[in-house]
Amino acid sequence: STLDQSFSLFSGIFIKYTLRQQYSKEFGDISIVRKVPVMKDGGFILTESTAILEYLTQKYSGSVADHWFPADLQQRARVNEYFSWQHMNLRAHCSKVFLLRVRVPIVMDAEIPKETMDFALENVKQSLNLLEEKFLQSKPFILGDKISVADVVAVVEIIQPIGTGFDGFEGRPKLIAWRDRVKKELGEKLFEEAHEALMKSSNMPQKLKNSSSFAQLKPILQKLFR
Amino acid sequence: MALELYLDLFSQPCRSVYIFAKKNNISFDFKKLSLLDGQQYGEDFGKISLIRKVPALRDGDFCLAESVAIMLYLAEKFKTPDFWYPADLRQRARVNEYLSWQHTAIRMHGSKIFWLRVRSPSLICVGAVRLVMSYLSSLPFIGLLAQRESCSEPLSAWRDRVQEAVGKELFDEAHQYILGAQESVKSMDSSKMQVYKPKILRLFM
Repeated sequence: STLDQSFSLFSGIFIKYTLRQQYSKEFGDISIVRKVPVMKDGGFILTESTAILEYLTQKYSGSVADHWFPADLQQRARVNEYFSWQHMNLRAHCSKVFLLRVRVPIVMDAEIPKETMDFALENVKQSLNLLEEKFLQSKPFILGDKISVADVVAVVEIIQPIGTGFDGFEGRPKLIAWRDRVKKELGEKLFEEAHEALMKSSNMPQKLKNSSSFAQLKPILQKLFR
Repeated sequence: MALELYLDLFSQPCRSVYIFAKKNNISFDFKKLSLLDGQQYGEDFGKISLIRKVPALRDGDFCLAESVAIMLYLAEKFKTPDFWYPADLRQRARVNEYLSWQHTAIRMHGSKIFWLRVRSPSLICVGAVRLVMSYLSSLPFIGLLAQRESCSEPLSAWRDRVQEAVGKELFDEAHQYILGAQESVKSMDSSKMQVYKPKILRLFM
């Protein structure tokens, strides 16, 4: 697929995300923000996934098909609109459920209050409703007939909490059908490869607790969750 | 039909769009929307944007939400000078990087400070919460005229440069509403704002 081709055009330095590495000096030299993903293209370092996606499609425009990030004014606006909206909506809400189930109880040494979890789940529901009603409507993909980066950015967020036992697709046939179309376009192999590490997150709480760097990291993480 | 921009200048992203459009002489129909009066929940606005947030744009039958998307749309459609959103690969990436990061960084925290300082006290009446420091002297906030004393030197200098590039008149015009926020709190009808109470309790308490 075109996506496979684009990825093979550059050799990515894959930093395996473990508990320690984003706080290392080496990573700090690459990115002061200390988050992933980070792209290093020669001497040019770039953070923020949506910026990286646009950079890659622009740089490799010769080989990346237009539908991924259309040049058309209105279509491009739709991608930008989705990218912008998702930060504080679908992404934020799905991440929160994921963190509440997998990280926060361990780091804060406390149970998650039911009210907190209910509020988080309600937010996810609102975001998923908007994804269906505003962004997808009756189209096969967010932009219409063809897949774009917006679909990829959306689908990974919904999958995030699945390993923790929360399936945002459940009871939403429209989203299930969309997810299956996205999976088909990307290729099952690539889709599964990308999600392999995440799907093992069910044992993450224990792994986190047992990690040797946990004691050092705990105060840092607690600050994030306050 | 002229291009329509649905704005409430109380809102930061609305000010960005307003300043950008005006500075580039893009003519538009200013559709004033009052968030305070809950106008974003009206049936008419729902037809413009299901997200029910401002700013929103309507260009013919094309409706668009999200200030970042709107500004980039305007930049492209009206071929604004390159420096606003450079075509150069790396420079564009830098702008995109900032636009992406700011959602969960300055924008989120700045908004929180605004809510805590301006809106919440009149709603919740939590003890003796007094608006001692004005919103203006809060932490650095992009696009907002912060008081000199509270802003760090590099940020003050940067703010001055932005103001100069945009033009003092336009800058002041866009901010006149929000700069009067402290004053308008006093005359705010707290009964109107009860609709925000659950949100505030969850987000801040």
